[in-house]
Amino acid sequence: MSKPWRGVLYAVLLIAAVYYLLPLYVMLSTSLKTMDEIRGGNLLSLPGAISFDAWRKAWGTACTGIECSGLSGYFWNSVRMVIPAVLISTALGALNGYVLSKWRFRGSELAFAMLLFGLYIPFQVLLLPMAQTLGWFGLARSMAGLVFVHVVCGIAGTTLFFRNFYVGIPDELIKAARLDGAGFWRIFLRIVLPMSLPILMVTLIWQFTQIWNDFLFGLVFSSGESQPITVGLNNLANTSTSVKEYNVNMAAALIAALPTIAVYVLAGKYFVRGLAAGAVKG
Amino acid sequence: MSVTSRPAHYGFAEHWLPRLVLAPSFLLVLVFLYGFIAWNGALSFTASRLLPNYEWVGLAQYEALFASERWWVAVHNLFIFGVLFIGGAMVVGIVLAILLDQKIRLEGALRTIYLYPLALSFIVTGTAWGWMLNPGLGLEKLMHDWGYAGFSFDWLVNPDRSIYTIVIAGIWQSSGFVMALFLAGLRGIDDSIIKAAQIDGASLPRIYWRIILPAMRPVFFSTLMILAHIAIKSFDLVMALTGGGPGFSSDLPATFMYQMAFTRGQMGLGAASAMMMLVTVSAVVVPYLYSELRRSRHV
Repeated sequence: MSKPWRGVLYAVLLIAAVYYLLPLYVMLSTSLKTMDEIRGGNLLSLPGAISFDAWRKAWGTACTGIECSGLSGYFWNSVRMVIPAVLISTALGALNGYVLSKWRFRGSELAFAMLLFGLYIPFQVLLLPMAQTLGWFGLARSMAGLVFVHVVCGIAGTTLFFRNFYVGIPDELIKAARLDGAGFWRIFLRIVLPMSLPILMVTLIWQFTQIWNDFLFGLVFSSGESQPITVGLNNLANTSTSVKEYNVNMAAALIAALPTIAVYVLAGKYFVRGLAAGAVKG
Repeated sequence: MSVTSRPAHYGFAEHWLPRLVLAPSFLLVLVFLYGFIAWNGALSFTASRLLPNYEWVGLAQYEALFASERWWVAVHNLFIFGVLFIGGAMVVGIVLAILLDQKIRLEGALRTIYLYPLALSFIVTGTAWGWMLNPGLGLEKLMHDWGYAGFSFDWLVNPDRSIYTIVIAGIWQSSGFVMALFLAGLRGIDDSIIKAAQIDGASLPRIYWRIILPAMRPVFFSTLMILAHIAIKSFDLVMALTGGGPGFSSDLPATFMYQMAFTRGQMGLGAASAMMMLVTVSAVVVPYLYSELRRSRHV
């Protein structure tokens, strides 16, 4: 390719980079301004004197409806929700994937196909029956109920990840272990699990991102004391108080985004692999 | 490969253990996904309003749904949003993937930048774009400061335009995903084909258009499928960006369903709209999954 064309190429790629980064820059700079500065300047103007007031307010005292204690409570709710939900759904996915790839039986392919379709069900069809069922078990609007919903809806995805990964482990390895007298659990714990680190990372990161970012289930299946951060953020940003405090909103949005961005920056490789695996390769 | 010939020591426990291990997940999915679909289907044939009420009313809820202006606004919006969001994300993603595939320095860094929005929740994206597109202090003021005094941008509060703000934010968030899938596909193409075409004197754009892009058909279809699926389920972004407003001008089926079922006490109607969403998703997904499963079986 000729020199001038390569120049154009790099220019286009850089413009694209600016396009993706701009909202992040705007969020960050807005969150460090005071409201006076926001009214006086514009989207792209740098904050004059950096002020962390908006962050303090978003974390501790901003109103999310009637309550005015910021996002901190919601943040810890999300942490308490995401840890058990990710661990349980990942563990179940690993076991299911192991069975569906290395211990197939009559009907297991059908079970897999049913799980697979579960990946695509619009969750709207589950909301009403789920709300009622959680109510019967006394789990309505509770953290345990929310974790349960995330586990049920996460199984399909985690199973698919592990199953597709384990298909790549040679069957001969399993057979040889079996001839040596190793059983179902021994093969899993001693042979399969130690090889699973990459897919374990992919699944943990994928599930963490999905569940942390979920809004629908949080909105429908939780209330005050158990609402996750996405619901808190939406309440905060869309609370109809007289004046919108955009600096507080942006600080709040960044607080909600921080954990998943941190995971992305630290383990982007696995994140991207999860995306590719999520694109169903049967 | 399945275990057809069982070794002699393949005992009772080994026979039942795999079934036993799979059973809890299978039952959960059977009851809480498939059972609930049936249950929701049943609800859609009842007169349920604020509370479930199993008085059978036949297709009355569907008739009410199809007579509802708000539902058709939501369906119409889904069509606009679906076409523009899928088309936009595809074009941006494919172009970026092709450009990134030209042995670019800093490719890793650029890829990281293009993809990070995917790590954000739609609520964060919606909040951020809501601020940038807001008519008072956002984009409009920026353009005024830059000297374009007549510039006005009121899409967020304009009922005829509000759905397009969702398209803008949606493309920003999801185009990196298309880029990642296509880049992976492009890397899978054999270099020797391209070299052979170059020796034959074909220009680079021609090679992409005639040889490489046609070879990407499978990637194209799976990406299309995923984007269509995201579009049909879109809920969070609307809630954060416009709340479905002004009025219900930017409603999508998912927000319609939520409003009816959970805030307006129209449970039967909400259930019926959820069934319509399921039918739409199934029409896209079932043929795709069927062909995928068939293909993997024949490989």
